[in-house]
Amino acid sequence: MATTRHTLSVLVEDKPGVLARVASLFSRRGFNIESLAVGPTEHASVSRMTIVVAVEDSPLEQVTKQLNKLINVLKIVELDPASSVQRELLLVKVKADLTSRSHVLETAQLFRAKVVDVAADAVTIEATGTTDKLAALIRVLEPFGIRELVQSGMVAVARGSRSMTGAETRLRSAAS
Amino acid sequence: MSETLTGAQSLVRSLESVGAEVVFGIPGGAILPAYDPLFDSRRLRHILVRHEQGGGHAATGYAQATGKVGVTMATSGPGATNLVTPIADAYMDSVPLVAITGQVPSAAIGTDAFQEADIVGITMPITKHNFLVQSVDDIPRTIAEAFHLASTGRPGPVLVDLPKDVLQAQGAFAWPPVLDLPGYHPTTRPHAKQIREAARLISSAKRPVLYVGGGVLKARAAVELRVLAELTGIPVVTTLMARGAFPDSHPQHLGMPGMHGTVAAVTALQKSDLLICLGARFDDRVTGKLDTFAPGATVIHADIDPAEIGKNRAADVPIVGDCRETIAELVLAVQELYRTGTRADISGWWSTLDGWRTTYPLGFEEPEDGSLAPQHVVSRIGALAGPEAVYVSGVGQHQMFASQYISYEHPYTWLNSGGLGTMGYAVPAAMGAKVGRPDATVWAIDGDGCFQMTNQELVTCAIEGIPIKVAIINNGNLGMVRQWQTLFYEGRYSNTNLQSKRIPDFVKLADAMGCVGLRCDSAAEVDATIEKAMAIDDVPVVVDFLVGTDAMVWPMVPAGTSNDEILAARDTRPVWDANDV
Repeated sequence: MATTRHTLSVLVEDKPGVLARVASLFSRRGFNIESLAVGPTEHASVSRMTIVVAVEDSPLEQVTKQLNKLINVLKIVELDPASSVQRELLLVKVKADLTSRSHVLETAQLFRAKVVDVAADAVTIEATGTTDKLAALIRVLEPFGIRELVQSGMVAVARGSRSMTGAETRLRSAAS
Repeated sequence: MSETLTGAQSLVRSLESVGAEVVFGIPGGAILPAYDPLFDSRRLRHILVRHEQGGGHAATGYAQATGKVGVTMATSGPGATNLVTPIADAYMDSVPLVAITGQVPSAAIGTDAFQEADIVGITMPITKHNFLVQSVDDIPRTIAEAFHLASTGRPGPVLVDLPKDVLQAQGAFAWPPVLDLPGYHPTTRPHAKQIREAARLISSAKRPVLYVGGGVLKARAAVELRVLAELTGIPVVTTLMARGAFPDSHPQHLGMPGMHGTVAAVTALQKSDLLICLGARFDDRVTGKLDTFAPGATVIHADIDPAEIGKNRAADVPIVGDCRETIAELVLAVQELYRTGTRADISGWWSTLDGWRTTYPLGFEEPEDGSLAPQHVVSRIGALAGPEAVYVSGVGQHQMFASQYISYEHPYTWLNSGGLGTMGYAVPAAMGAKVGRPDATVWAIDGDGCFQMTNQELVTCAIEGIPIKVAIINNGNLGMVRQWQTLFYEGRYSNTNLQSKRIPDFVKLADAMGCVGLRCDSAAEVDATIEKAMAIDDVPVVVDFLVGTDAMVWPMVPAGTSNDEILAARDTRPVWDANDV
């Protein structure tokens, strides 16, 4: 069975140690995290993790079931790439002297990327996009010489008007 | 209405309010503040154990025997790390356990302070949940949450880590606190559609088996199980964790399945066309090589933990819910189908099963060297102490003999370490069971290897007035490991000979620990020795049964092989009639 990438959006209580619980669960059960992003949501007590895993379909069910068993996990949704917006952030420092700088800037423009810092022999480019788009940008920039590269984990949100966090108030009152 | 208490007082009041009666623990620096108000508590009995591991297993034994939450307490650092084994043990066997540990003061956390260990980090993968309490005001709620988590849904251990300064601070105490567990909603009610589908399969299967696991005991569903079994006439197998959930004397009981299960139980699962799995988890000791397990069976899998369903074996009808509710609903749904005349004939299946039972009964041969057979000792203890006694075993050959050769008629009369396989479980767990059920006779059936891991708790038993009985099935060796060396390592007995028939002298050791020590090395004296032990009711008794070295546990499915490869005895592979199924 071939492995596929799955994007899980996980709402968790904003409590100390939650990230450790999730990370520990993945390593203990032998699941591989490709990328992980954690941040606040519109609810003060709730954080949202976007986790990209590469697993077979039936182990994915195990991943979500095991995650659901964590007491601090509130809700898990798998986001289908076709019906969600998925973005990563890339900061890349590219060699750019007087002769190559204009080419580098042109490339950045093609990808609708921004130059956020300029030095005598390098520029730093900021780009957001899907994993594929950022990989393409990196490929095109590589010939100029990449000095340094940093990339965020993926964040994602479902398309349309429905909110994953909307049911939170119900979840909270149901517990007491 | 709240009052102002110290964190330590708040902890003790919370434990009292949540209904705890017994705490098995040992004080130390960081937990010291808690022990001061504990000294005055009239509702909490603290039992001062000799090792934190003993405290943890005692709390587990107490919980297993009573169904209540077991409580153990230890100090920070080494006190807490000594709890790791019993916590992992309780996690594997889904035992409701609350472990309370002291922690270094908040300001010192992370500085490698004296007796500091990150016990919350360490126990994350082996607890259902754990807490580091950061404010004195959180103590009542955290204790209430810990007990709620430990005892509901799929039970399990919960650890509460309390920094010393939190125990010393002044804070508000109010009871009952409001639980704040927004991510915790165990499903207890089974889905009606799944119940109907399961009932349809149950009423039409030709070779069904009720595959019963520990979840049935956790859900206190033995009565419902019996109703379902007798309504349907379907054969029952009880896993190591479920012994006692269905009477061994019941004609529909085929015994224990698995690596050392009966030929009938193992083979019934293998040849079944419908597995009705109730609160069991398709553990590797039951399934053998997974992809050859019960190849022709449709699977109904009922469990309160959705993550168990489909984990090892795909389920055709998954039922998430409490086993008691599930079985009760199944009874109603099956009755309904029977009324409409839907009922498959399973008499052919029974004649096949009876054939296996008759041809391959459990049994053992008397040792040729005239030595005492461990199976004989265990079966005589079972016969003389009877089905009302509680039996607690360690891990190894004696555990399998105790499961095979004692007839369990009632739930909660068989306690053992099934999942983790913790040697040293028996003595402290028996102590805990006796504390929880003081009127029951409690026999620990232990091996000489296991016994030497945790026997110090007999001192606790002697001092605290907990008169358990311990049968050491002393073959002088790590018997199960030796059996594998016999079978799979050409008899090269590397480091399995403990020489414990010679050293230590268990009778003297028992005497030194304030117990009565007895010894027995011949079949003729077995009954008299057991009766002598049974007659002593005021102090713990230790009986050193010197048994033969070469006894082996049969039947056996060699590890990693298919259940079809079961050996009824050494070199004896059952022969299946092609027309059997």
